Amino acid sequence: MEFSELIRTGRAQAELLPGPEEAPLRGTLCVTGHHLLLSPGPPSTPDLWLLLLRSVDSIEKRVAGDSGTITLRCKDLRVLQLDIEGVEATLDIARSIEALSSLESVITSFPFFYRPKGLRLGDAWHFHPPERYYKRVARETNAWRLSEVNQDFSLCPSYPRAVIVPRAVDDDALAQCARFRQGGRFPVLCYHHAPSGTVLLRSSQPLIGPQKRRCAEDEDLLRAVLTGARPGAQGFIVDTRSAQAAKQARMTGGGTEAKAAYPGWKRLHRPLERGRALQESFVRLVEACGDTEQSMDRWLSRLEGCRWLAHVKEALSTACLAAQGMEREGACILVHGAEGTDSTLLVTSLAQLILDPLSRTITGFQELVEREWIQAGHPFQLRCAHSAFSHARPKHEAPTFLLFLDCVWQLGRQFPLSLEFGEGLLLALFEHAYASPFGTFLCNSEKERCLCEVRTRTHSLWSGLNQPKEQRKLRNPLYVPNPLAIWPSVEPQSLRLWQGLFLRWTRPPEPSEVAWEKVWQIVTEREKTGDSAHSFCLSPQPKQ
Amino acid sequence: VEQVKLLDRFSTSNKSLTGTLYLTATHLLFIDSHQKETWILHHHIASVEKLALTTSGCPLVIQCKNFRIVHFIVPRERDCHDIYNSLLQLSKQAKYEDLYAFSYNPKQNDSERLQGWQLIDLAEEYKRMGVPNPHWQLSDANREYKICETYPRELYVPRIASKPIIVGSSKFRSKGRFPVLSYYHQEKEAAICRCSQPLSGFSARCLEDEHLLQAISKANPVNRYMYVVDTRPKLNAMANRAAGKGYENEDNYSNIRFQFVGIENIHVMRSSLQKLLEVNGTKGLSVNDFYSGLENSGWLRHIKAVMDAAIFLAKAIMVENASVLVHCSDGWDRTSQVCSLGSLLLDSYYRTIKGFMVLIEKDWISFGHKFSERCGHLDGDPKEVSPVFTQFLECVWHLTEQFPQAFEFNEAFLLQIHEHIHSCQFGNFLGNCQKEREELKLKEKTYSLWPFLLDDLKKYLNPLYSSKSQRFTVLEPNTVSFNFKFWRNMYHQFDRTLHPRQSVFNIIMNMNEQNKQLEKDIQDLESKIKQCKNKQSDGVLTKELLHSVHPESSALKTSLCLKEQTLLPVNDALRTIEGSNPADNRYCDYTEEFSKAEPGVVSLEYGVARMTC
Repeated sequence: MEFSELIRTGRAQAELLPGPEEAPLRGTLCVTGHHLLLSPGPPSTPDLWLLLLRSVDSIEKRVAGDSGTITLRCKDLRVLQLDIEGVEATLDIARSIEALSSLESVITSFPFFYRPKGLRLGDAWHFHPPERYYKRVARETNAWRLSEVNQDFSLCPSYPRAVIVPRAVDDDALAQCARFRQGGRFPVLCYHHAPSGTVLLRSSQPLIGPQKRRCAEDEDLLRAVLTGARPGAQGFIVDTRSAQAAKQARMTGGGTEAKAAYPGWKRLHRPLERGRALQESFVRLVEACGDTEQSMDRWLSRLEGCRWLAHVKEALSTACLAAQGMEREGACILVHGAEGTDSTLLVTSLAQLILDPLSRTITGFQELVEREWIQAGHPFQLRCAHSAFSHARPKHEAPTFLLFLDCVWQLGRQFPLSLEFGEGLLLALFEHAYASPFGTFLCNSEKERCLCEVRTRTHSLWSGLNQPKEQRKLRNPLYVPNPLAIWPSVEPQSLRLWQGLFLRWTRPPEPSEVAWEKVWQIVTEREKTGDSAHSFCLSPQPKQ
Repeated sequence: VEQVKLLDRFSTSNKSLTGTLYLTATHLLFIDSHQKETWILHHHIASVEKLALTTSGCPLVIQCKNFRIVHFIVPRERDCHDIYNSLLQLSKQAKYEDLYAFSYNPKQNDSERLQGWQLIDLAEEYKRMGVPNPHWQLSDANREYKICETYPRELYVPRIASKPIIVGSSKFRSKGRFPVLSYYHQEKEAAICRCSQPLSGFSARCLEDEHLLQAISKANPVNRYMYVVDTRPKLNAMANRAAGKGYENEDNYSNIRFQFVGIENIHVMRSSLQKLLEVNGTKGLSVNDFYSGLENSGWLRHIKAVMDAAIFLAKAIMVENASVLVHCSDGWDRTSQVCSLGSLLLDSYYRTIKGFMVLIEKDWISFGHKFSERCGHLDGDPKEVSPVFTQFLECVWHLTEQFPQAFEFNEAFLLQIHEHIHSCQFGNFLGNCQKEREELKLKEKTYSLWPFLLDDLKKYLNPLYSSKSQRFTVLEPNTVSFNFKFWRNMYHQFDRTLHPRQSVFNIIMNMNEQNKQLEKDIQDLESKIKQCKNKQSDGVLTKELLHSVHPESSALKTSLCLKEQTLLPVNDALRTIEGSNPADNRYCDYTEEFSKAEPGVVSLEYGVARMTC
């Protein structure tokens, strides 16, 4: 298929209507295979790159007289308005954008064509989180091993090739376990908490079914986890569904661990919202944030009605519960919901951020996202197919990853010195998860990424972000390594709406950004003066 | 009283600290087993409540005006009853002379005390604004408080307004509060004036009042019309007409534009805050209950209304060059809020520490905001208590959030002022008007708050403040609903568990100071190096050079020490984190669930079983 078939009109005269405090822009509008460009005036000036077509969430066209207006609502929540000369041109451009922005095929997507200067293909793809992480675990304990049982993705299509499992369990037993868990997601290690010697595991629901099936290997695996931790250790299974829902899952072949079959393990139910309900909450919040005229009461009631902050609170407190179980109770924690690819990952990744100081550095956080989200099989392509503006009926869309980023932002607000990254990195991850020139968030699992050769044919977001010019946007200037666990407050009074994301485009650039710039200035000045004071101290020395 | 337990307000697991409770003449003191002291000033106590006896003892809940709530459990009921009764007596004084300020002695002599009172000089402030001038003059009409008891002695009025006009106008205004100057904008030659409502009823007129208003608009050479802003909701103003009061009839006054801005009265504000505090005090509050409570209380709506009114003022002056006359009913609550906030938006001087003190002295204290009644300093009518000044501080806080670089002071400064309007430790906020304060001889018997705040100046400085930036001469805040947030640090100032665990402020403050110190070191070192070079060229070597190197290395040491110091505040911050163990938070209360979880599930299973049967 050629992109040109989809482009009905390549060019038209158009005017970009201004956002808050920006001047309107006139020029030639141009639709290419992946981009929408607006070139303002004389040929010598560089083109203004407008946006990636992939990031268009919905498009609305209106015609009046001999010109038309199209409104583009983007996945990063930006809204753009274009006035276009000519009715035909308007309709053609709208149709082209519509067609091009909803292409399903992965290998024709922009990351496969994007070749930025200064980056080499395959640069950051040596990033093998499970393997790298295993090296760290192996230094702390030898109760665990790296298994390559999933080398060809036959056991579990949504797991990476290598997983960390108890040393006492062999690959054959793992194969049995995989058959007993939905989607083959048998329990694997995601975090070893060295100070208490406990571990955090994740899996999918066991396939108990109406007949109350059992699986000896699965039971052995969980027993081995406890004996590997320390004699007499306890375990908690955090089920992210309500007891009722877990029970009902039996009808469709799922269920939750029976108490009798797993001695030493206790079950806790912490229902977390997922799927469509979460997506709806997101849509309603964004709607509320788009209305600048509403009264105070209306705004507060919409903020309440969308329930987004309630979801943030639930996610954070469940993660705290898991973290606390490990640190304070000295217990091993297994987290699962139904499929184990959404709320499960939310809980395990947040719990690590709370407990593990390394995951709060820039590299550590990137590894955490890569290991606990991308490689752990969060279906990004399905979940992030549409953002809050799409009129299409949501099928698999859910802003689980965004909810995770929001929780991290809340942590960062409560511990402003303890995260090495700032809001910039979180915003960048949000944007790139929904539409990106990089290949990192493509596909739904490691298996699909291998089939599409994402690693060899696209650039990694991590190498893009780790270029020196990007650093200032992403870093937290006030970072001071903090070796302790960070326990956030989850009271409603302590949680705030993430204005930097949800209101990013509806309000003029805030003076607070200027203030942030000032903080940077103070910090760099301090480094400079500190350094030069140092060099002065050193320089007179040789004269002696 | 020993063996008293202090409960954590938000913990659902009833964890507590045990310690000893002491009652002094001025404070309630609780010392827990870690020797940590909690001091509560008797004047801060808003209410004491004795709850029903429980197995562990008699619960005593104390609510403070600075939003601290403490929950004690006293083992013996008799003790509890005694404490309860003494606190009731101690917290409500009948006479001004019994208030703390009259016994507070910070070990200063009389001249220092006088200096403290002279720190803020309002005559100086009017001079700074540019009055008197050809259009405005000082009037001696109220020199002996003859025309208006609640105004200060010194008032500025238009030069062309004669004394009979002033006297006539004052008779037509509620409580004699005739239109006077509150703020003069030198550049635009426009003024903010304030007064109380006219006694217009349904049809009454007063020529002198009409003349005075005309004089005010004529005092503005640029613009002939002026705005008259009634800060009340229209309905309230209409209702007042039946009582012979009301608002200006546009037909009777030439060149005025009349405007209502709809800020609710003190009773609405009091109950709004009450509702807000009830919501916040709930244990195990859910996010949805919090927001619906916030909405139902209407608190943020009221804050927005005050802010919008102030913006209206600033715009009228900046955009239209028009003078504004502001009033409400009596002209001492809403009028003070709107006039002071309006001037704060217009004039960057009021955003400095000193300027903010001047602003409070001018628009609140001298123009007769009834601090003693509004804050309930004495045992009086509870219907007169209202958080009007608290709202003003909250509006200022919202501005500091929107313009983090525009204010010389920080949040702690606002909180400290709020603390002291209720503390009765200093004389500034005692009494209801200047006349009453003079009768109480406050300046001879009590101390002024401001010098004590200035002593701690460092604590209240905003490290991000940039005084030079011209961008911030006039603030234009955006009052979109999203920009109004719940002020956690005010209403939960004492609930440590709710606060961010690390403070950016101190860190930046320290960095700034170190930067300055290091820069100074560099200069020192550079000059010394120059000296060295000179000496080298002179050919005088060895010994003297060695000498010059030595002091250098001491400077080097100081700079290195400074580097080490950088770590210190960080350690402080860490300590606070260490303090924040999960037990401080609510999810800790799920610990019980660790043990209880299974039975809960089992019973549910029974439920399901029964249902299927």
